[in-house]
Amino acid sequence: MLAVFFLAPFGFMLATSFYRRIEGGFYEPAFVFGSWQRLAHGVFIERTLFSIGICLLAGAVCIAVAFPFTYFLTRMRRRPHVILLVLIMSALALSEVIVGFAWSVLLGRAAGISNILVWLGAMDEAQAYQPSFVAVLLGLCYIAFPYCILTLYPQLTRLDPEVTEAAQTMGASPWRTFWTVVVPIGRPIIMAGFLLVFVFTLGSYLIPAFLGRPEHWTLSVFISDQATFNANVPFAAAMALFLTVLSLGVVALVMWTESRTRRAF
Amino acid sequence: MKRFGDVVAVAGVDLELPAGKLISFLGPSGCGKTTLLRMIAGLERPTEGRVFLDDEDITDRPPHLRDIGMVFQTLALFPHLSVAGNIGYGMRIRGVGRGDMRTRVEELLQLVSLEGLGERRISQLSGGQRQRVATARALALEPRLFLLDEPLSALDANLREQLQVELRLLQQKLGITTIMVTHDQREAMTMSDLVVVIRLGEVEQVGAPLDVYRRPATPFVASFIGRTNILRGEASDGLVRIAGQTFDVDGAVTPGAVTVSVRPEDAHLLVGEVPERNALSGRVVFVRDLGELFECYVDCGLEEHVVVAGSPRERVHVEQGERVTVSFPREACVVVRG
Repeated sequence: MLAVFFLAPFGFMLATSFYRRIEGGFYEPAFVFGSWQRLAHGVFIERTLFSIGICLLAGAVCIAVAFPFTYFLTRMRRRPHVILLVLIMSALALSEVIVGFAWSVLLGRAAGISNILVWLGAMDEAQAYQPSFVAVLLGLCYIAFPYCILTLYPQLTRLDPEVTEAAQTMGASPWRTFWTVVVPIGRPIIMAGFLLVFVFTLGSYLIPAFLGRPEHWTLSVFISDQATFNANVPFAAAMALFLTVLSLGVVALVMWTESRTRRAF
Repeated sequence: MKRFGDVVAVAGVDLELPAGKLISFLGPSGCGKTTLLRMIAGLERPTEGRVFLDDEDITDRPPHLRDIGMVFQTLALFPHLSVAGNIGYGMRIRGVGRGDMRTRVEELLQLVSLEGLGERRISQLSGGQRQRVATARALALEPRLFLLDEPLSALDANLREQLQVELRLLQQKLGITTIMVTHDQREAMTMSDLVVVIRLGEVEQVGAPLDVYRRPATPFVASFIGRTNILRGEASDGLVRIAGQTFDVDGAVTPGAVTVSVRPEDAHLLVGEVPERNALSGRVVFVRDLGELFECYVDCGLEEHVVVAGSPRERVHVEQGERVTVSFPREACVVVRG
């Protein structure tokens, strides 16, 4: 199964990255390093670093918001709990295109958040907050958020409420209980959620395209760009492979550092 | 008083508990005893009423500001910390220095007979060991109040009895005011200075274990603690009649329905039909002779069989079907209602 659905396409893409591109949009089987050489240029190295950077940041932001949120969600009474959960999961039904468009309107100057603020008197003039770095980050976090919650939820519901109560009877305020008990216990799923968001957002190409200027585009945008508009499939394949290998490397690095810093007390 | 929506979990409880003693909240599952304990701990807010600790009103104080140590039913040990980490948690929160903390943790490990196990993970411990860690952890900061919520219910019978004695000895050694919730009346009888019997959110009786046993205040208390024979009858003109026989009972009676409780070991078995006061005749239904214990079930025409129990010395040789008389001495006939 693994061979058919993963290794074979992977291998095919690897082969394609070495093919020669023919003018007019096709490519022929060959073994040239043209695509890989192009990749080694400054622009693409810089784009790669940016992509990894913004996706790690999106991971951190998502976890920072989703973890406390999911924790309080699991502590809620049944009715609001279920309603909130359904609302969040329904966001999964939205495609990236819809999310991208919706946020570009929300952050725009015509009918967005700033217009509401002007109407309320908090601002003088409507402003456009997109395209911008923050807009891309926001969009990435938004699409990854439900998945993040899905990763955290099972473990957090299973957390015995008496454990946090015990901490409180020993003098820990709710705030300290959260940091000294809930977060350490949740460490494995925090890591899992963080890495999930990282990998997931790395593959997003519509959000950065909609909500960011070219300087905010991630490598995924370029990959789809090269494959569809420039019809340079071998190059796209090379970039995609490079991105995959690199993100695997980042994941491995994060997991390695995490296991090294685990303490007993 | 504590109400959850439409359900009244605890109603009108007004208790004053002595310091330095072990007090049990005893009752069947769902009777509100755990809710009561949690209100004392600050984990539940009373719908009405106040909680006082040494004349201080602590009702509005959150649990982390009350001077308590609590052992939970699930023990609630921290899985991410070692044994020493668990025990030292309270001290860590308070900012106690490393050296002092280590000394105190050692002290506590010795107190609960877990020396040398400081570095173990919780998952590596047996049930009994975990119980001891939970106890040490709760006592680490020398709280004024030690609370236990069914602390031994997860353990097997032998271990439970052993730990009952250990916990009691520990409590006596430290002299700490302790409140323990349990549904096991033998546990309450073994360990307590004072028993609070609770049923459906209300206190039925408060007293020393033997007092509650010998002089139950209600039919519920009489049958919940130990076994008893419940005899129902009528009182009129200063006389009590049960199943047509005249009875002298211990306690004041008002005219009307009367319920009397007699412990099996206080009743006597007489062969044949002996007409006298405070006696019922009947037929032997079953004899249970366990060597160390002798029991006889007699059908005296009441709703339930009368049980007569005794030690081997008091064994009366009767057979199934034989007609006998059960005598209920006056001092043993405790009026529990009416």
